[in-house]
Amino acid sequence: MATLTASRSRFFRYASPATFYPLAGRLWPWFAAVAAVLALAGLAIGLLIAPTDATQGDSYRIIFIHVPAAWMSMFIYLVMAFYAVLTFVFQTRLSAMMMRALAPTGAMFTFIALWTGALWGKPTWGAWWVWDARLTSELILLFLYLGFMALQSAIDDTRRADRAGALVALVGVVNVPIIYFSVKWWNTLHQGASVSLTRAPSMAREMLIGMLLMALACWMYSIAVALVRVRALIVERERDAAWLREAGEA
Amino acid sequence: MPVFWNSVSEFVAMGGYGDYVWGAYGVTLMAIVIEVLALRLRSRRLGTPAQRALGAGQS
Amino acid sequence: MKPRHRRFAWIGVGLLALCAALALVLNAFNSNLVFFFTPTQIIAREAPLERAFRIGGMVEEHSLKRADTRVQFVVTDKANRVTVEYVGILPDLFKEGKGVVAQGRLGADGLFRADQVLAKHDENYMPPEAAAAMKKGAEVAEGLSRSLVEPGAAGAPR
Repeated sequence: MATLTASRSRFFRYASPATFYPLAGRLWPWFAAVAAVLALAGLAIGLLIAPTDATQGDSYRIIFIHVPAAWMSMFIYLVMAFYAVLTFVFQTRLSAMMMRALAPTGAMFTFIALWTGALWGKPTWGAWWVWDARLTSELILLFLYLGFMALQSAIDDTRRADRAGALVALVGVVNVPIIYFSVKWWNTLHQGASVSLTRAPSMAREMLIGMLLMALACWMYSIAVALVRVRALIVERERDAAWLREAGEA
Repeated sequence: MPVFWNSVSEFVAMGGYGDYVWGAYGVTLMAIVIEVLALRLRSRRLGTPAQRALGAGQS
Repeated sequence: MKPRHRRFAWIGVGLLALCAALALVLNAFNSNLVFFFTPTQIIAREAPLERAFRIGGMVEEHSLKRADTRVQFVVTDKANRVTVEYVGILPDLFKEGKGVVAQGRLGADGLFRADQVLAKHDENYMPPEAAAAMKKGAEVAEGLSRSLVEPGAAGAPR
């Protein structure tokens, strides 16, 4: 019982903006540095070392950004939904700010996934865009991110804005499994997953390593950017709080 | 591990798919640069804690 | 612009985005979730024969006939087959034995007249040497099984 309360209090300690602000400040440079190293390694393997593809030629090299960006676009939305639950249940200020800090990066990765997908679709399928279930549901994800961000800037009252945003994040999360399983549930032009938890990946080794390195790089980048953005949000929201005025350089 | 390409021009051409591949990589790089710059601008505007402590009395 | 107006504008943008999302969902559920119909579905009359739809499947081996830019090929799902006619340039990845999705109308004569042909590729990525090795492996396996069925056939171990 005692340990439970201790871990609980520690959880809530880090959930307080006053403790998280300096912690985020210390952590983000590390995530940024790791992201840069992983991205360089991933690009070197993907663009320089990996062989060409037997059917698609070198157009397949778009995969090294397309798939990591698409993964991140879905994963960030899941994390936002997780923070939305925390916002509703615990009403912690930090969880709402994390939600807001993640949205622009999620939107960016969704855009990148759609853009690179168009540039990959044209030379391989013969079309920039088709209205199949995978592409349509990914486009809906972009609208969900944009809707979330528009709603947040529309409502001046912070608490109400947080609750409205959390609602969008929660309602929209049904779209994530739809995106992921769309290629299994329906006939789509988009191919199935090359990498999944249930079976061996259907890619040559160098290709797979390059793609996974890029995915990790995108993940670390997202954490770094979200930490910096949440620091800015903390300052904007708690400008007048005593702890922030007293805080030295953190 | 050996490099797949024999020359720089071959690398740039990307087997004839250069426009598509570099269009994808270029726009991605641009998006990331824009996000990082926008975030820096936002943090700069807020200033350091010390600056905020000085300015707090005036606002 | 007063802050109140700006707030309204933002709410409008937000609502618009959500409405667009919803409209897309409904539109998708209406017709596009089934992106294409297989030859079996078409023969079972599950496809909307009165309007344009898409057919998807494999391009049957040795079925491609070209005359200028007019092409004809057979789409198969291993159970049934539909002949497709198309005038235009085929995508780079269009190949016999590979996936294809074509949009068009089915004529009363059973010929599918396409106005767009898309190549559907699979999720396997491998270098050309590995693909060649796999193809060779499959051929060897096929030859071996044939030689077991009919002794004395070409390639049989003696």
